[in-house]
Parts: sequence; C-alpha cells; structure tokens
Amino acid sequence: MAAPMLRWGCAGRRWAFACVDGGSRHGLGARNDFTLSGMRGQSSLALQPLITAQKPRKGEHEWAAVVGLEIHAQISSNSKLFSGSQVHFAAPPNSLVSFFDASLPGTLPVLNRRCVEAAVMTGLALNCRINKKSLFDRKHYFYADLPAGYQITQQRLPIAVNGSLTYGVCLGKKRRQVITKMVRIKQIQLEQDSGKSLHDDLRSQTLIDLNRAGVGLLEVVMEPDMTCGEEAATAVRELQLILQALGTSQANMAEGQLRVDANVSVHHPGEPFGVRTEVKNLNSARFLAKAIDYEIQRQINELENGGEILNETRSFDSTLGCTVPMRDKEGKQDYRFMPEPNLPPLVLYDAASLPAGADSRQVINIDYIRERLPELPSVTREKLIEQYGMLPEHSFTLLNEAGLLEFFQNVIKETRAEPKVVTSWVLNIFLGYLKQQSLAVSESPITPSALAELLTLLDGKVISSSAAKQVFEELWKSKSKTAAQIVSEKKLELMQDLEALEQLCQAIMEGHPQVVMDLKKGNLKAINKLIGLVRKATLDRADPTVIKKILEEKLSS
Amino acid sequence: TIGTTLKPVSAGLKQGQITPTELCQKCLSMIKKTKFLNAYITVTEEEALKQAEESEKRYAKGQPLGDLDGIPVAIKDNFSTSAIETTCGSNMLKGYVPPYNATVVQKLFDQGALLMGKTNLDEFAMGSGSTDGVFGPVKNPWSYSKQYREKRKQKPHGENEDSDWLITGGSSGGSAAAVSAFTCFAALGSDTGGSTRNPAAQCGLVGVKPSYGLVSRHGLIPLVNSMDVPGILTRCVDDAAVVLGVLAGHDPKDSTTIQDPVKPFLLPSLTDVSKLCIGIPKEYLVPELSSEVQSLWTKAADLFESRGAKVIEVSLPHTSYSIVCYHVLCTSEVASNMARFDGLEYGHRCDIDVSTEAMYAATRREGFNDVVRGRILSGNFFLLKENYETYFIKAQKVRRLIANDFVNVFNSGVDVLLTPTTLSEAVPYLEFIKEDNRTRSAQDDIFTQAVNMAGLPAISVPMALSNQGLPIGLQFIGRAFCDQQLLTVAKWFEKQVQFPVIQLQGLMDDCSAIFENEKLASVSLKH
Repeated sequence: MAAPMLRWGCAGRRWAFACVDGGSRHGLGARNDFTLSGMRGQSSLALQPLITAQKPRKGEHEWAAVVGLEIHAQISSNSKLFSGSQVHFAAPPNSLVSFFDASLPGTLPVLNRRCVEAAVMTGLALNCRINKKSLFDRKHYFYADLPAGYQITQQRLPIAVNGSLTYGVCLGKKRRQVITKMVRIKQIQLEQDSGKSLHDDLRSQTLIDLNRAGVGLLEVVMEPDMTCGEEAATAVRELQLILQALGTSQANMAEGQLRVDANVSVHHPGEPFGVRTEVKNLNSARFLAKAIDYEIQRQINELENGGEILNETRSFDSTLGCTVPMRDKEGKQDYRFMPEPNLPPLVLYDAASLPAGADSRQVINIDYIRERLPELPSVTREKLIEQYGMLPEHSFTLLNEAGLLEFFQNVIKETRAEPKVVTSWVLNIFLGYLKQQSLAVSESPITPSALAELLTLLDGKVISSSAAKQVFEELWKSKSKTAAQIVSEKKLELMQDLEALEQLCQAIMEGHPQVVMDLKKGNLKAINKLIGLVRKATLDRADPTVIKKILEEKLSS
Repeated sequence: TIGTTLKPVSAGLKQGQITPTELCQKCLSMIKKTKFLNAYITVTEEEALKQAEESEKRYAKGQPLGDLDGIPVAIKDNFSTSAIETTCGSNMLKGYVPPYNATVVQKLFDQGALLMGKTNLDEFAMGSGSTDGVFGPVKNPWSYSKQYREKRKQKPHGENEDSDWLITGGSSGGSAAAVSAFTCFAALGSDTGGSTRNPAAQCGLVGVKPSYGLVSRHGLIPLVNSMDVPGILTRCVDDAAVVLGVLAGHDPKDSTTIQDPVKPFLLPSLTDVSKLCIGIPKEYLVPELSSEVQSLWTKAADLFESRGAKVIEVSLPHTSYSIVCYHVLCTSEVASNMARFDGLEYGHRCDIDVSTEAMYAATRREGFNDVVRGRILSGNFFLLKENYETYFIKAQKVRRLIANDFVNVFNSGVDVLLTPTTLSEAVPYLEFIKEDNRTRSAQDDIFTQAVNMAGLPAISVPMALSNQGLPIGLQFIGRAFCDQQLLTVAKWFEKQVQFPVIQLQGLMDDCSAIFENEKLASVSLKH
C-alpha cells in the first residue's frame, strides 16, 4: 500500500518518534539503552538523591512524591493481535499491512492465540489474578495513524488484574545496599498498537506507516506506589527483565517495544494525593528517571511559590532536560468506549474448569502455562547468591546487562578459578572495558573461553594478577591470540626457578645495604622497597609473596 | 421453458436444455430492459459472461460445482467484491474497489454462481425504502405488473402513472427488484433491522434473515455488527434453502460464526402440521397495521389451525421498547463503524488540506448523506461518557429483555412465531418521501428489528395480493439456529397459499418506449 499523505496542522504526539531519534541523537547504544549507570559508580543525574523530597529545610513542610506508571510492551509474536500480518521492526514502510490493519470496510478482527498466551504468562509472572473471562472494547479517537478511528483494547474487563512486581533499589555511597521494594500491578490489558506518523515539517505533510498498526500490546498499569525517578526506572528495568525472560516482549526501549508514561504528583505526608500530571515521551530509562525527578521538583517549586498543578499531559524534552505541557487534544477527549461487537468474550480455562474432551488448539489452559513458566530474574539472582556466594548487588548487575549473565556462566563452566574471582573479573574488568568503549556484551572482542583460560592461568599461579591484567588488555586488542600465547610471547610467566630468585634476592640485598640496615633496625616497612626492586628486576614475573618469604628468610639468617 | 426457480433451471442446465451463457444473456437482457428500475449500481456483464463460459466448460465435462453452477445471482452493493466497485450507495465509497471477496461472495463463486451485478440500496443500508442512496431510488417492479396496473385502471386517479411508481422497501431494495424482475435467480441482501425481509414482502419474494452467527459477515460492510446478517432473496423457499446451505457455516475470518459443523439445508415437504405450535404475539397487533394485512395474518393463523396445528396467542411484553432500543444501539455502532471513513486509506477525500481535522470534517460532510451523518451524531451522543449509562447500557439491558421474551415463548413450547412483515403493502414513492428516513425506518422496522436484537432466524413469505394488486408478506420467526425447521414451515405455508407470479407482460404493453419494442415473452417467465 502506498503511504497515504496529508498535510498536518500540528506536530508531536505520544510515541510518534519514540524509536526514531531516541537512540542516535543521545548517543545511547542500541542494546544498552537500559543501563542503570549508577550501579557501576558513574555519576548520573537520575541517581542523585532527591534532596527536596526527603530533606526539607527547617520550617518547611515535607513533600512526598507519588509516581504511577502505564507501560506499553509490544508482544513478541509472529503476527499481529487481530490479523495475520507479520511483525518486524524496521521493515519497509507499509509492507506489513493486512486489509484489516488498513481498516478496509468489512474486515473483522480475529484474536491471535499467541498474544493471549503472552498476556497470561506475563500476568502469572507478575502475580496477577487471570480473569477467566475478559472483554474487548473500542476506544475512539481520530488520528491519522489509527485507521479504524478506534483502538481495540480491554477497558472494562482486562485479562489480568491485582498483581505485584518486586524490585531492588541499590542504596548507600557505594550502592552496596539492596533494598527490596514492591509496586502493585493494577491490571494488564491486551490492545492494538497504532501506526506511525512521520511529520515532514518542510512540506507540512504527514506520512503514515501502518506496519506497527495492530501489533499486540500489553498495557501494564502500575499503581502509584513509587516515590522517585530511580524507583520507577528500576521497576521498569525489572519488568523488562521479566518480559525478556518470558519471551513475551523484546522490551527494547530504543526500538519502541517498551514505552512508559508516568503519572506524577506531590503532597504533604498525611494529606490526600495532589493533582497529577502525565509525563509522556519517555524513551529510555535514563530519561524516565530524569523526567520524573524533574517533574516532582517542578511541582514542588510550583506549589511552594503559591502556584497550582494542572491535570495535564506533559512531554519530556530530552535536550532541555525538562517537561513541557503538550498541546493536548487527547487529554480531555471523550473516548466513547463501546464493547467490540465482533469479538466474543475471551474465555480462559484452568485444570478445574477445562471441559472434558476440549480441543487443546481451541482453548487456553492457565495451569498449563503456569507449569511451563521459565525462571524469573528474581529466582536467577537468588540462585547466583546461593551457588556462588555472590553479593546481592552483583547479582543485579549481572542480570541488568544484557548477555552478561550468560557470559559469566560460560566463563564459570570453563575455568578452574574461584567463582568470586570470576565475578570480580567479569563485573570490574570486563564490564569496565565494555562501558569504556560503549559496547554490548555481544560485541565484546573477548570470548568467555578466552577469559576462562586467562583466569585458569591466574588461578594456577602461572601468572601474577597484574600480569593477568596485561594479558587481558592484549586479548582485547588482538582476538587471534590465546592467553597462553600472549603469556609466553611477553614472557609473563611467574618465575618458577626458586634458586634463581634466591640469587636475585641476594644480589638486590647486597646492592642496597642501607635498606637492609633500616630493616634490621626495626623499620619493617622497608622490606616493601626490597620486594619492589626484586619485582622490577624480574620484570614483574615473580610472586610478591614468594619474594617476601625469601627475603625474610635471608634477613633472619 | 425452464421456469423461474432454481431447481428446474439447474435441471435444465444439467440436461443441456439451456447453457449457462444463454441463461446469463437472458438475464443480462432483462437487466437492460429493466434498467429504469435502478436495481443495479454496477452491472458486471463481462465478469458474468466469463463466469458463464467457465461454467459451460464444467457442464460440458459433466462436472458442475453444485446446484448454483451457472445460476445468475446479484449482490447488494455493501458486500465486498474483489476488483469490482463496492459503493454502499454512498459518495464516500464511490470508486472504491475492494481487494478481496466477502466470504459469502466467495462461497457463491466457489459454487459456480454467475455475478450479474451489484444492487442498489439506501446509503450504507440505512433506510427502509431504498430511496436514500446516492444512485437514486429503486422502483418496485410490481408498479409495472399486470396485476397492479389492472387494479389502478379501475380507479379514477390513474392518469399520472409514471410518477406514481412504488418503492421496493429497503434497504436491500435493489436486490429485491433484481430478483422480482427476473434479472437473476437469487440475490444477497443484508438484514440489520429488517432490510431483507421488508423489501422481500413488498416485492413478493421470499426473504431470509438467518440466525446471527450462522452466516459469515466477513466482507459485509457493517451497519450494526451485533445485528447484521447476510440475507437471501429468492422467488421460493426451496431456492432460499439452497443458497443458505451454501452460505452457512463457520468462517475463521468471522469470530462470531458458530463452530459446529452445519448440515446441508434439505427441506422435507411437510404433510402434517399437527405437531406444530404456532405463536401469535399479541403485541404485534398495532393500530398502524393495515386491515388488509391484519386479515391476511388472521387467515394464515386459521390456515395452520385448520390443518391441525396448535395456534396460540403469546406475549412478547417488551416489544414496545424495541424500536427505541434498536435506535440507540444501531446509531452507537454506526458512529463507531463509520469512524474509519476519514479519507486517508480509501474512499472519498476532499480537497481541503489546511489540517488533518479540517480534511476529516470536509471529507465526511461531502461523503455521507444527512441520514448517515444524523445517525453518527446520535450515536456519538449516546456513547459520551456522561450518557453511556443512561442510553447505551440501558438499551443493552432492554435488548436482553427483548431476547428473553423470545426465549420464554419458545421455552413454553412454541415452535415458530407468525407475524406480519410490514404494516402495509408497498407505497408510492411520492407518498413515502413525505416522512423522513428516521420516521419511516421506525415504522417499517417495527415487526422486524426485534428479531435482529435477539439474533433469531426469520423469513418473510409472500401470501397474497392486496386489493390494489400488490404483494403482502408474512413473517415466521424461529428458534436460534433452528433455521431449517423455520424454512420447512415456511415451505409448507408457501405451498398452501400459492402466491401468484408477477406478470411483467403488462409492463411491456404500457411501457413499450422503455423496452424499445422488444418482446419480453421470449424469456420464459411462467412456471
């Protein structure tokens, strides 16, 4: 279908460009869009403590902020929610459009089973009650990328309700303390995605791409149980991990598969909630946290200066770092909800209600899905802590970075080094290198096997720890060489010849009688100078503990 | 002679007495001769002849696809037909060529039926006269029948006959006129509140509204999704049963169709009606009912009773609320369904391009007539948040009560309900347009729309001619998904009443100019 064009009077709308400029303009890599950078100790606006909300100056009222989220996750499925069109990101415009997606008159929706199963899985993973019967509704508004003039959603009776999501927030100077928090899930509903409008301001035209029109979405509505940007961002990150573990959504924010709107208000503790604003256009975790914190601060300032908060929709301007009111036609709109007459109620079964002899292709059994749920991130983290004696914050970091856990597990499998050593190397050195060069785990020049070999050499005391770091740097630069090759080329093996080392120690002692004198006078720290000199002479290939031992023996004899 | 109903024609085709091409050409020539009826919006001559040729090859091999192979049919212009313009009688869809066939159209094609054309209707099927479409009103063939003309001559005010033509009823009036004027053997209509049964009654045809969910709506451009069903117009009940047998069954493209397999619709010839219980709903006896229709209704009830059937008066207590309730639900769904016509993807688009909103507004103002726009406005009003409970929810509750009325009656042992289809016979166009579309629809759908609200099967069967020589039909209503039983009763009734065949030879004599002196007699119109 040719892209329909029309002239356009105004610009800007939710999601329209969520995935067009979010990644590139702000230099966010495609795959590490959701890094909570603070966990690695880098500074970030989002993670600065929210001073005003928590530390009132004397004589001032205390403020509390309330944050709720509405999250749209694109369902990972082969075809759309109500049509047989394929679902692909970045396909040529209007190449994935069925007659139904283009709302040709006479076409009818046919519910995609896979999308229903994805909703049930997500509902179960978020501890929801799954409604055995749910309904579809039409939500009406005129918009160029909504061809039918309405969106099919689940307003009255959604597929899942009353759940919860547990997430961990890191606290403390070194972010070592993990506090567990919980946000209630109000509901999960199935609905259609809209198409995309591309506004050409130069020619004052709008181009419509319907590839996304009709893709299945899970709308997850979180209760206002959060208090700041970081909590919201962390909760969203946890949801993202859960969706990815389930395979129900790729949940990539940069590609628009996960879109977040935040409801924000402030009030004095003990008083009713304040008037809330809705913040849209949040296309990365960093912006989500930033936008919410900005909005909280803005509301407090407004109220403290005698102003009032309007119930409005605001958009986050990522370049200015602030929220601005949207020229809002949607906000006050009456959506004229109506039952979708072309879809019968969606009926789900459990083991108890499953009719005898039911065709398994025709029915969905909640218990069957429950039994087959994959491991959730919280369980994975518990296992890491238990199995490897890992610190909780390390388990979070391992999961938060896409592909890092798998990398870690592959290294563990192939090395003789202690898990603690592996954890430390993967989280400090390996991840540090990746971050420095803005690479994703999948783009790492070092394979898990290579790192495993290196750590085995370290564990067997074939090389020193500092030599190991040197080898790591070489491995990073030249993919073709193994750790052992680098060690032998650069002669980095620890000296195994004790006699030679003893002779060397003897020679150093003889060459520095003043230092030996000091030592004998009782300045025990002077031994470090001798150790340093020996290490230098060995080109750092001797184990300092061995050197120390030899020196001590010689001094006492 | 090959007759005017399916069975003898089908036999004639099988025996080679007539070829599909010959049959097709006869019908095409009838279409030309009756062009002034305005029954067709698009005549698909080329397509029909091509299909006839294919059919001929199959018959030559002795491998016809089924009973409909080589049979000319017409389809209301609100069913999507691939590569054939589908307008809904609206400026909005003028020039719109769907890329796919409605399921029912495809099923007819799969049986080898020949598509003669797309028939006229009220814009988007909103009306009860077939007078409110952008292609002009449809004329009732009975206006030109010998039966009607002779009665008119006896009256003094018969001088201005040409402007005194009658409406067909609607909204499937084009389909009714097409079948009635022998331009095809069966036609598809749609029935949302009576749009198939009403013109069937006024044009002396059998009109079937199947149970909701028995026949796929995929490709039918919707009026009210929760009430629409494809309807069938034929010259006898058996023909309707053949077509319904072809159309019925689950369609994966329409989630509201029944999952259970459907058996073929073979109608036994009833000889004994003594085990039948016929219900006569007392609420259908309204003051506006013409005395002639009322007396025929009574006569029909007596007929059943005299043959041993149990005929009882029953009550459908919520009947009087039905038409108002229908109005709320109908306009609400209309408002929603019409939202897609915004000039972007297909259909009419205005020249205004200052903003998207201005483009929407002008496109919809130019594309829809007053009736459609009026219903959209009403519907949006009912759906507003502040009105939703008061109107829409309440109407839904009343709809449930109306449906329950029928359930209760059928549970009490009634097999079939017998009612009038319309208040009176067809009225002249000039008379009809004295009232607006809304008033007319409310009057004309009075006996028919409750059936749509309840999703039940119903059929209008012509019973007799009025004193004016115009057809009067009666309606039978059956239990949900008991369509076959309903049609069996209707067939028995049809056999008893022997409704006369329309005599269009009269038309020939009086309107020779229109017919360019061609003799109509060459086409066999007799039994």
